Amino acid sequence: MTNPRDNHPHAGLLADSLANSSVEAAAGTRALQLIVNGVERRLRVTPNAVLLDVLRDQLGLTGTKKGCDHGQCGACTLHVNGVAINSCLSLAIMHDGDEITTVEGLERNGELHPVQEAFWEHDAYQCGYCTAGQVMSAVAILKDVRIGSDDASVREAMSGNICRCGAYKNIVAAIQSARKTGRAD
Amino acid sequence: MRNFDYFAAANPDQAIAAHAQTRGAAFLAGGTTLLDLMKIDIMRPPSVIDIHRLAFDQIETLTDGRVRIGAMVSNTTLAYHPTIRADYAVLSEALLSGATTQLRNKATTGGNVMQRVRCGYFRDGVSPCDKREPGSGCAAIDGQNRSLHAVLGTSERCIAAHPSDMCVAMAAIGATVSVQGPKGVRDIDFLDFHLAPGNTPWKEHALDDDELITHITLDAPLRSSKSAYLKLRDRASYQFALASSAVIVVTADGAIQEVRIALGGVATKPWRAKHAELALKGQPATRDAFSHAAQVALQGAVPYAHNGFKIALAQQAIVRNLLSLTS
Repeated sequence: MTNPRDNHPHAGLLADSLANSSVEAAAGTRALQLIVNGVERRLRVTPNAVLLDVLRDQLGLTGTKKGCDHGQCGACTLHVNGVAINSCLSLAIMHDGDEITTVEGLERNGELHPVQEAFWEHDAYQCGYCTAGQVMSAVAILKDVRIGSDDASVREAMSGNICRCGAYKNIVAAIQSARKTGRAD
Repeated sequence: MRNFDYFAAANPDQAIAAHAQTRGAAFLAGGTTLLDLMKIDIMRPPSVIDIHRLAFDQIETLTDGRVRIGAMVSNTTLAYHPTIRADYAVLSEALLSGATTQLRNKATTGGNVMQRVRCGYFRDGVSPCDKREPGSGCAAIDGQNRSLHAVLGTSERCIAAHPSDMCVAMAAIGATVSVQGPKGVRDIDFLDFHLAPGNTPWKEHALDDDELITHITLDAPLRSSKSAYLKLRDRASYQFALASSAVIVVTADGAIQEVRIALGGVATKPWRAKHAELALKGQPATRDAFSHAAQVALQGAVPYAHNGFKIALAQQAIVRNLLSLTS
């Protein structure tokens, strides 16, 4: 098979620069289909592209935040097929065909999701950097009947979302308020 | 993260064949350890075989009473499964005491067994570490070795504690690791699966080249037993164990009829304390008997500069767990 680059006047130089710059270009990209917040998105990614980075940098969905980038802080929490995960510890290519819900996908017809509303009402943040992750975890926890409804169970279930401003008290209050109003969905 | 060749396997045969094609290939399940270590350049597989969609996703009770868990069952699913909660409380509690909701949602049963140590010198990429770079030594022995380092099963080449909670419960329950490889399938006793560091700390498990974990099968639950996992740590949640105990006990007329004890946070592999079990069997269920068994469990423990407190802490983890289960 003829490589089109072979006919390029600077084919040799190009090959050298590819080899030197990174293996990423050499390994090529793969087609990937995601359903992001209900919308089908088709894109191409390298194998080492991380789900968080693809959403932020390729799809422009910057609501999901990068904190530690190692699964320790929870800022990147989103839902894959309804399950909360750390998107920094997932390859995009692993999720071909999956339904991804980010914080941008919570609103309905321009209205805040009830959990977002509760965070607003309870001042459940200060700087707000962790908030998208906190909200995504909270939405999943409120739907999960296996997790207890008392404050201690909520705190334990939310321990993967760090808030360096220390808004924990108001975060728990917001979650319990959303539970009480029965508008968690 | 460096790039790599990626292959999504449709079945175990494909996965094993793809793994065998490239030296240093890695299986990718939940990715919570692998991708973390690839980001910090500690693991550098040239080829990644994605197995997370393989159909090892069931929890089944076998006719002989054992429970077979597919390697791809998530830590969350396993922890909340009705059979596990009813008959293996120690396992459910151990799982729920580990990591966070999001990590447990993604982490798999097979992956938990394969997780790597948390020693900072292993993870920093530059310090002497015989596990990461054979022949370079062990920075932890004379370094910061308070929380993530062992007092049991150590060697002069590695003292990193095995970080799993789930595995400690499985060591107490008794289990079999089923693997499939180029030469077929075989079973490995759970207690033989993880290897103490000895002179080859880079060799962490009993898998042969290109073998894939397909299931973990738990021994049938002990009749009339009670069990619990007690984890002692620096903060109340999302922290590795300083010391933990998995205990399964059967009492009759105030005496210990059967008991299983395993320790976490203090050993280089999930640590079954069989001598302590023997010391306790047939004894009255009293604090004195528990204290004696706890001392037996930690016989031979080697403290390092900052983690000597773990010996007393592990003993207390055994005593308190037994007291609570038998009270």
